Amino acid sequence: MVEITINGKKVQVEEGTTILEAAKANQVNIPTLCYHELLEPYGACRLCLVEVVKNGRRSLTTSCNYPVTAPIEVETDTEKVINSRKMVLELLLSRCNTSPKLNQLAAEYGLKKSPFELHYDDCILCGLCERVCREIVGANAITFAQRGTERVVIPPFGEEAEFCIGCGACVYVCPTNAIQIQEDGEEKIIDRWSRVLKLRTCSECGMEFAPDFQLRFIQKKYDLPEDFFDLCRDCRAMKK
Amino acid sequence: MKRIQSASELEAYRQECMASRDPQRTVITICAGTGCQAHGCSNVVAAMQQELDKQGLDQVEVKATGCHGFCERGPLVVIHPQGVFYNKVKVEDVPDIIARTVKEGEVIESLLYALPATKEQISLEKDVPFYKLQERIIFGSNGLIDPTSIDDYLAIGGYQALSKALTGMTTDAVLDEVKISGLRGRGGGGFPTGRKWESTRDVDSGVKYVICNADEGDPGAYMDRSLLEGNPHSVIEGMLLGAYAVGATEGYVYVRHEYPLAVANLTMALEAAREMGFLGQNILGSGFNFDIKISRGGGAFVCGESSALIASIEGQVGEPRAKHIHMAESGLWGKPTVLNNVETWANVPVIIDKGAELFRSIGTEGSPGTKIFSLVGKVNNTGLVEVPMGISLREIIFDIGGGIPGGRSFKAVQTGGPSGGCIPEEHLDLQVDFDELDKVGSMMGSGGMIVMDDRTCMVDVAKYFLNFLKGESCGKCTTCREGILRMYEILDKITRGEGELSDLDMLEKLASVVQEASMCGLGKTAPNPVLSTLRYFRDEYLAHINDKKCPAGVCKDLIHFEIDPDACTGCHKCARVCPVDAAHGKKKEPHEIDQEKCIKCGMCYDACKFDAVKII
Repeated sequence: MVEITINGKKVQVEEGTTILEAAKANQVNIPTLCYHELLEPYGACRLCLVEVVKNGRRSLTTSCNYPVTAPIEVETDTEKVINSRKMVLELLLSRCNTSPKLNQLAAEYGLKKSPFELHYDDCILCGLCERVCREIVGANAITFAQRGTERVVIPPFGEEAEFCIGCGACVYVCPTNAIQIQEDGEEKIIDRWSRVLKLRTCSECGMEFAPDFQLRFIQKKYDLPEDFFDLCRDCRAMKK
Repeated sequence: MKRIQSASELEAYRQECMASRDPQRTVITICAGTGCQAHGCSNVVAAMQQELDKQGLDQVEVKATGCHGFCERGPLVVIHPQGVFYNKVKVEDVPDIIARTVKEGEVIESLLYALPATKEQISLEKDVPFYKLQERIIFGSNGLIDPTSIDDYLAIGGYQALSKALTGMTTDAVLDEVKISGLRGRGGGGFPTGRKWESTRDVDSGVKYVICNADEGDPGAYMDRSLLEGNPHSVIEGMLLGAYAVGATEGYVYVRHEYPLAVANLTMALEAAREMGFLGQNILGSGFNFDIKISRGGGAFVCGESSALIASIEGQVGEPRAKHIHMAESGLWGKPTVLNNVETWANVPVIIDKGAELFRSIGTEGSPGTKIFSLVGKVNNTGLVEVPMGISLREIIFDIGGGIPGGRSFKAVQTGGPSGGCIPEEHLDLQVDFDELDKVGSMMGSGGMIVMDDRTCMVDVAKYFLNFLKGESCGKCTTCREGILRMYEILDKITRGEGELSDLDMLEKLASVVQEASMCGLGKTAPNPVLSTLRYFRDEYLAHINDKKCPAGVCKDLIHFEIDPDACTGCHKCARVCPVDAAHGKKKEPHEIDQEKCIKCGMCYDACKFDAVKII
């Protein structure tokens, strides 16, 4: 255990815990956009900035990926922290002004509108979709491409995401609702990844119930019997 | 090539190499660095060899060497042992050089370097001011050896430091020597090399790596490339010593794919070193094992950043990671890693061979040794210069660099690459080292030095560098990606004459957040061009904003060209060069510029011999 102070309060944290986790455990709120507790911290949005004093040196740093290894002082609401977070929000708002989550955060910080001209893009490049697809789902269907202001998340070569299983995890984690999933009769469609997936038909009731590609992916990944997903959920429950 | 198994075998072989190189023999060295290649030196090399064959002078040797540094005056030819220096040599000059200088010992005046001010001609390389005022402990060998010959390197004392370390020094003694030398990272950070090594040595791990950062991304800087091209073994030897000191067994050189000659010469050098047993198992019979692989980068500026570089070697997208855990503990493939830049590695053999004390005697207390700078821009002698730390900017730019061309005056020098700062005339006497450059809002960076004259608009300069950084930011973190973009947009607005005073406050606010809140060094230093120009050239910003004027006459939206009828002789030159027929007039009568047609290219301004074209 390491003793650190957060906003003047002494707390004990396990070595390797991130500042963000330590703060959360001690009811100190730090805003985040690109963070998800199940994913590797990425440090891209810069919203979780805090000030850390280590060996007498004070610096601004992201809390999501800072592992505590030494007794440090953390301050989460200094003027510098607040001003920097405001600027981060203004920069993100000037890219995407339609995200409820972003707008709510902006309101919390007393921001009405961004001082910059809007260059609209519904994606703020937080990378949650890319990480959930790679780290949790294991499909690796989408990736970052280009750099600088040209940076985008796309399927390889911008073509149909042929490894996408249509699970919708990316849709779920996206903070700006930039990814939409639809079911259209026999197909599941994710426009953003140009992905169209045929649904499998239940051998019992004849209903389309899940993308065939997704079922084959799960069956292979967990080494399930070939006929494991022949039935829809309801029919399988009935059989049992 | 035989495998050398001990220090004594190496010494015997070195003696053989030296004996076969009669110091009295005539050797013609021709610079075959990238600059001289662009000037057509390959043809000069071929012609020289042909002419010697034709005249039956088989005792004379022609050596195509690495970069000599005086790129402005290439192709460069030096005739040893006298050291006669010819510049701007053309293929047609070759027969004369052989017939007169090589055979008769006569100096050909038309090929000599002449001092721009007095036109005094200088015969010997060592007397040319460009070289005379330098201290070329790292770069000097470039001009003496054929980079493709390991024997050439051995003959000038190559691998002597390695032999000394492996047979007479403990790993700790090597590390201590580097620590005492005070060597600091030449890639720009200036971190003490010995301390970096020490942290890696202290980590207990079966596998450790040393990496050479040869991802020189600064436009205009090319010293790392020239070292790898011209003296690859010095870098290999440095890495060997570092690996020995920290206990690493594998090394990587991360080099840009756009540096084909560097990759080729390094590949050849690695093969030769391996064949002779300087790389591989049981080096010089000491039991030390080490080998080096080449990893070629795709040319992203950000891949010069340590964590992005490592990601790239690992086959991942070259973008930085947070560095809360040091590379000394967890670097390449999660193993302890030492990463140093090309020039830093090349310093190590010198330190071990000559001793830390000698090294410390050069340079300043805080920054010992020398630094190679790429001296480019509005300066007479563009090229690579190696100078002791602590030398003044004035000496570099005016004494070595020969001052500003075209009778114009000095305005600023930008050091440290695209994210360095612009230093004004008032700081010309600044003693260049890591700390002094920091103090004035710039940085050492990789050693780029861009000289600007009075026709440079500092707002435009800041915009230019921000545009570069906007494209080279990896785009991962918000502050760098969006912050640089917004700073660029504001600068663009100001150069178009649409700026407001509040823009300057916003620039400063943005700069401060981008500097402090960005993840890696690229973002953290990106605001330097803005902050330094705001600090030293605020008047120029104000002129753009308040008066809608560009004092340097660069920003097209704020200037127009007019012809002074009293100065115009009606020579018609402006009308001839104008690409859109905007400049017009009758011969021998004052001309005019049609403002509607004019595209403000400035051709008339440059062409006019009577200074009649004015920028208003």
